[in-house]
Amino acid sequence: MIEFRNVTKSFEDEVVLRNVSFRIRRGETKIILGVSGSGKSTILKLILGLIRPDSGQIIFEDQDITLLSEQELVGVRKKIGMVFQEGALFDSLDVRENVGYRLYEDGTMPDEEIGQVVLRLLSFVGLEDAIDKMPAELSGGMKRRVGIARALVGTPRLVLYDEPTAGLDPITKRTIVDLMIKLRDVEGVTTVFVTHDLQAAATVASEYAEAAPDGRIVFRRGGDNLCLLNVECIMLEDGHISFEGRYEDLMSSQLPFVRTFVA
Amino acid sequence: METSIRSLFAAPHRFLLLAVWEIQSYTVLSGRAIANLFTRPIYMREVILQMERIGIGSLTIILLTGFFTGAVLGIQSESALRRYGAVSITGQLVAITLVRELGPVLSALMMAGRIGSGIASELGSMVVSEQISAMRALGTDPTRRLVTPRMIATVMMLPILTILCNAVGMIGGWIIARFKLLLSSSQYWSDSLNALELSDVFGTLLKPVVFGFIISMTGCYVGLRTYGGTEGVGRSTTQAVVSASILVIAVDFFLNNLIIYLTPFINR
Repeated sequence: MIEFRNVTKSFEDEVVLRNVSFRIRRGETKIILGVSGSGKSTILKLILGLIRPDSGQIIFEDQDITLLSEQELVGVRKKIGMVFQEGALFDSLDVRENVGYRLYEDGTMPDEEIGQVVLRLLSFVGLEDAIDKMPAELSGGMKRRVGIARALVGTPRLVLYDEPTAGLDPITKRTIVDLMIKLRDVEGVTTVFVTHDLQAAATVASEYAEAAPDGRIVFRRGGDNLCLLNVECIMLEDGHISFEGRYEDLMSSQLPFVRTFVA
Repeated sequence: METSIRSLFAAPHRFLLLAVWEIQSYTVLSGRAIANLFTRPIYMREVILQMERIGIGSLTIILLTGFFTGAVLGIQSESALRRYGAVSITGQLVAITLVRELGPVLSALMMAGRIGSGIASELGSMVVSEQISAMRALGTDPTRRLVTPRMIATVMMLPILTILCNAVGMIGGWIIARFKLLLSSSQYWSDSLNALELSDVFGTLLKPVVFGFIISMTGCYVGLRTYGGTEGVGRSTTQAVVSASILVIAVDFFLNNLIIYLTPFINR
């Protein structure tokens, strides 16, 4: 679905990514780990075309998107949902307008229908009561959940999460992680999860969601479930990938940087 | 500024490159903001909202600035004109000074302080909280959604505010002329209005259009390239006001030359 081929990116004199190559297959979950400033978020911005690499290629669904213009990237971005670190909700718009932003901008759907879509997505993240609130009235966790709802407009097949659990209390963090797992396993969304939160990464790599006979979504741990076999971690160190593989292998890795990170 | 001067001497070629890059980026942003006027969509709701914020929101400071400037001109003209026994032409002096120069420039400087800083801090906050990235990720061009409406609103509202500033300034001058210099109202007003030529009216309308463009584009440009969190927002706000004010005064010099050159053709 996505492929990075020898991608290098620097900001002024600082090289953030150096010849980074990896591939994300359809239905896969890629957890990108690393310390602050290691280039994790840069990878997400490169996938979305918000910034361009200095060299290398980025392939999305067999199309080279490296040099596409802003106009050409609109079509690519419609297939991708992005959850920003603090939610990045528009301050001047209420929750309804934030979630339905893409649809209001398109102008092809009647307002009433957009309202229904927004309500459905908000109920998915458990925030249907917040539909008329302004972002300033929401807690940090609620903002992230609204951000997830906004990212799901247009049912994207790929969702990028930029540290969605950073700075949250354990209970809210668990709610966000559950949403990510639910999206992955129930909706079949390909996931790129950027984080330095090992606990959240462990949950995503070891738990799966399934529908119980009564229709409720339940979370289970372990087993050889396909969604868990499809979870892979990348560890970034000084602009290059120092580890790529399963979460269990990461935890047992003897690489000095990885040992320091997971200790 | 101190850093800029230091970098000028430390690495002049780098400083020059940076200056050229800044001018190029500013020009590209301005060009795109103007080009958006000729293609859809135009965010009319945003334009009206900005016109309300910029126009109605700035009314009080513009009226106060105009009034006191006119009054000060009246007071100052007395001491200057009395030496020549020409206190009676106070109206002319107030009207010409206000309409040709002080009205447009002071209105623009007040707007640079209020609107330039407001735009830079608003867009800067959106940059550091990743709202601009989110907007692009959701398929919207921030230049079209944020820059063009602010440009339209400022360019449309500043001429109106300048006319009001001129009018209130002349009323301020009249109050001084009537009650301090004891001139008759009819003398003051007929002198004021007769002194003005068509080129003065042209100038007082042309200048705020250009200044409005400069103020809005400087605010947007500086705001959109904000970096470094909340500290960066503060830096951008200050930079927007300083840059816009200097540009207004510098461009005023060239506009005056242009108007003087055009005056014979306009007044023909």
